[in-house]
Amino acid sequence: MNLLEVRDLAVDFRIDEATRLRAVKGVSFDVPVRSTVALVGESGSGKSVTALSVMGLLPKENATVDTHSRILYRGRNLLELAQRDMQALRGRELAMIFQEPMSSLNPVFTVGFQIGEVLRRHVGLSGRSVRNRTIELLREVGITDPERRLDVYPFQLSGGQQQRVMIAMAIACEPKLLIADEPTTALDVTVQRQIMDLIAGLQQRHEMAMLFITHDLALVSEIADHVVVMRDGEVREQAPASQLFRDPRDAYTRALLACRPPRDRRPQRLPVIDDFLGSGRHASIQDPTPERKRGLRGDEATLLEAKGLAKSFHFREGLLRKRELQAVKGASFRIAKGKTLGVVGESGSGKTTVALLVARLHEASAGEVRFEGRDLLGIEGRAAMPYKRRIQIVFQNPYASLNPRFTVGQILTEPLQIHGVGAHDAERRAMAAELLAKVGLPPESLEKYPHEFSGGQRQRIAIARALTLKPELLICDESVSALDVSVQAQLLNLLQDLQDEYAMSYLFISHDLAVVRYMADEVMVMKDGEVVEIAGPDELYAHPKHPYTRLLLSAIPGRAQ
Amino acid sequence: MRQAGVWGLAWKRFRRDRLGFTSLIVVLFYAALVLAAAAGWLARDWNTEAGVSFAPPSFLGPEAADSPQLAKAAEGAQPVADYGIPDPLAADLAEIAKSMTGGAAGQSRAPTLPLGGDKWGRDVLKKVVKGTETSLVVGLAAAVLATFLGTVFGALAGFRGGAVDDFFNWLYSVFTAIPYLLLVLAVAAVIGQKGVLTVILILGLTGWTGIFRLVRAEYLKHKVREYVLAADAIGASPARRMFVHILPNVSHVVLVQLSLHVVLFIKSEVILTFLGFGVGVDTVSWGSMLAEAGSELLLGKWWQLTVATVAMALLVTAFSLFTDAMRDALDPRLK
Repeated sequence: MNLLEVRDLAVDFRIDEATRLRAVKGVSFDVPVRSTVALVGESGSGKSVTALSVMGLLPKENATVDTHSRILYRGRNLLELAQRDMQALRGRELAMIFQEPMSSLNPVFTVGFQIGEVLRRHVGLSGRSVRNRTIELLREVGITDPERRLDVYPFQLSGGQQQRVMIAMAIACEPKLLIADEPTTALDVTVQRQIMDLIAGLQQRHEMAMLFITHDLALVSEIADHVVVMRDGEVREQAPASQLFRDPRDAYTRALLACRPPRDRRPQRLPVIDDFLGSGRHASIQDPTPERKRGLRGDEATLLEAKGLAKSFHFREGLLRKRELQAVKGASFRIAKGKTLGVVGESGSGKTTVALLVARLHEASAGEVRFEGRDLLGIEGRAAMPYKRRIQIVFQNPYASLNPRFTVGQILTEPLQIHGVGAHDAERRAMAAELLAKVGLPPESLEKYPHEFSGGQRQRIAIARALTLKPELLICDESVSALDVSVQAQLLNLLQDLQDEYAMSYLFISHDLAVVRYMADEVMVMKDGEVVEIAGPDELYAHPKHPYTRLLLSAIPGRAQ
Repeated sequence: MRQAGVWGLAWKRFRRDRLGFTSLIVVLFYAALVLAAAAGWLARDWNTEAGVSFAPPSFLGPEAADSPQLAKAAEGAQPVADYGIPDPLAADLAEIAKSMTGGAAGQSRAPTLPLGGDKWGRDVLKKVVKGTETSLVVGLAAAVLATFLGTVFGALAGFRGGAVDDFFNWLYSVFTAIPYLLLVLAVAAVIGQKGVLTVILILGLTGWTGIFRLVRAEYLKHKVREYVLAADAIGASPARRMFVHILPNVSHVVLVQLSLHVVLFIKSEVILTFLGFGVGVDTVSWGSMLAEAGSELLLGKWWQLTVATVAMALLVTAFSLFTDAMRDALDPRLK
């Protein structure tokens, strides 16, 4: 029996007076009772809009649902329901968990009050019974010492605990259908693992149906009974999970599965979407591409060596006291010429701080960074400029790392100007155009502004900017993490091609262990500002020595497969 | 083909705002008026006494001047003045009166003027045009000065942090701790001489504090953004990061503050002049017109007050609406 039936759902968004954008184009699927259905797709696929339509939470000002669309919940069309009835249904029978627990909880109310509000409104509890039931719920979502946690504010909890609170609010009224929109995307892998276990357990115990929305196919393989793959507002394929992973029918599904770096092999280049959807090139994928060799032989020249690198931040507390936060505590590592050092770790492990210290964007508190034998941290002022240009960095967020008021041409010629490369502007522009071609963008892009590009294209521009100065060390700080998997594969291929061509060294930082395994010749694991383990990728992934490394590896989704 | 930049998009959004666009036209009209007045095409002879004293507006006709009760009251007051004592200044006054009438003897004085005349028979219409020039120049120049100071101080404090930030915050606290009018009057008293430049300096040197606070906050926010770090990584100097990279990204805040302060300073000039700290007697501004209007109103001569008020209210309202529309258009929600 189906709890929810979505039929021909189409949603339009108004961009301005003249333009409308069809975000969802006739989507149909079912959610059977007590089962988990996963909506999978990349950004812009319409998966979140679909979920919001079911909840009746689309913004009324600019979103319209097509009149032929039907969303049947136990046979009632939710789209025709009156506002009051819908509100009653929401929270009692339908509940939703959002991606960002921090912004989904109201920062000025205590956790206990916010859960209690749901109980008072929808269940009609009052007085002591609210408190008792809240404690019960917090215990059920795995929050230790729930009596004390009742009176804390959201900011006093970690991201994982906040998401647990959100889940407690969602299940407070024992909903029949739980919609989870990327509930673990903002969380670290080990926390993601815990939350996934919690959600799966709750679903079983409360016999809920669940609509699970994510971009991560590996995650889906663990939890879903049925998978719906979406792209550009359309359903590309829907099938039982077991069948979809064994025998994907649609080319796009196959591409999504293939463009993640595989766990057991290391192909020369990763397949990208175009290989599957494009014409004719499909055949090349089937050939087993030659394996790429990783790891160090031990006789490579050292480009950069860090010894006892440390950074502390000081916070004022009260009037006189200062609190010290040690972001990096004595990290020592070495980067070989033309090779890649991968850095993995969870948020707060100090991996980004290490990158900023090496690039000299932050001043180190202690330690030394030897670049070709010279201590970089000792060089002051303008004497550091020649070294600065040899170490470049590509940041995580391509939306924030390009100055929105500069054209791409200005962005790319600025470093050349500052360092006096090229005789005149025309020559610099020619160099910029050449670099653009190298990262796969047309020369017309020089005249455009960053907001006219997609995330992947912007990251290409950021890479081109770093390349203008012909660096010997390129630091990639989560450079592909914010991008869709298909775009991620393209950029990883680009980075690899550039390394092959220019023999650059990479300091490759990521929380994504599969990507690091694919890219790195040596992997450094960080936790709480300390380096816990450094080893070759195959060695580290096969025989992790440190317990934390083992914990990290066991948390990678989809290992059960 | 050049793509629409950030400013191009802002202009597109602005044009769609009908109220804002109308306000822009009003503001531009005033600007044209000021330019014409400054170039001497309009109202150059505002100081000539073209009409009779308190000449009424033409649309009321000449009778409006001698409202009977007032004339009677004036007559009744006459005998009280003498008590048979000879006026020691009578001879001098007669001479002055003679020379004055002699000077204007060439042209007969008009009984009415388009929008009325003041005590000396000067044309209110010309006065208000010339006054617009003074007020708008004072407002604009003072706002530019204040915005410049606020932006530079704010940029330095926010970007440099540390001791520089402490210093400017101290300066800010000192300036804001003193009641505004008291501060203005103190600066006016120190500078001493009256004049347009003085008013500009008074308003500019005291008015930068609000802009400083906002710009400093913007710089604090922007200096840790990745694009600024990226500029650091390619070797851009601190000054370059401050003014080439960050400034264009906070320019919408600066621009909106600039136009808000134009409005504020136009009003402040009026208040200052009204209080006697404003422009000198040889210059006309809305403030000096309103200062005169107080005593005129007692005599029932309402036109100078009305004209100056309407002119000021129209510009201030249009400028405020224009500022609002500009803020909406510039809000960089662009990704």
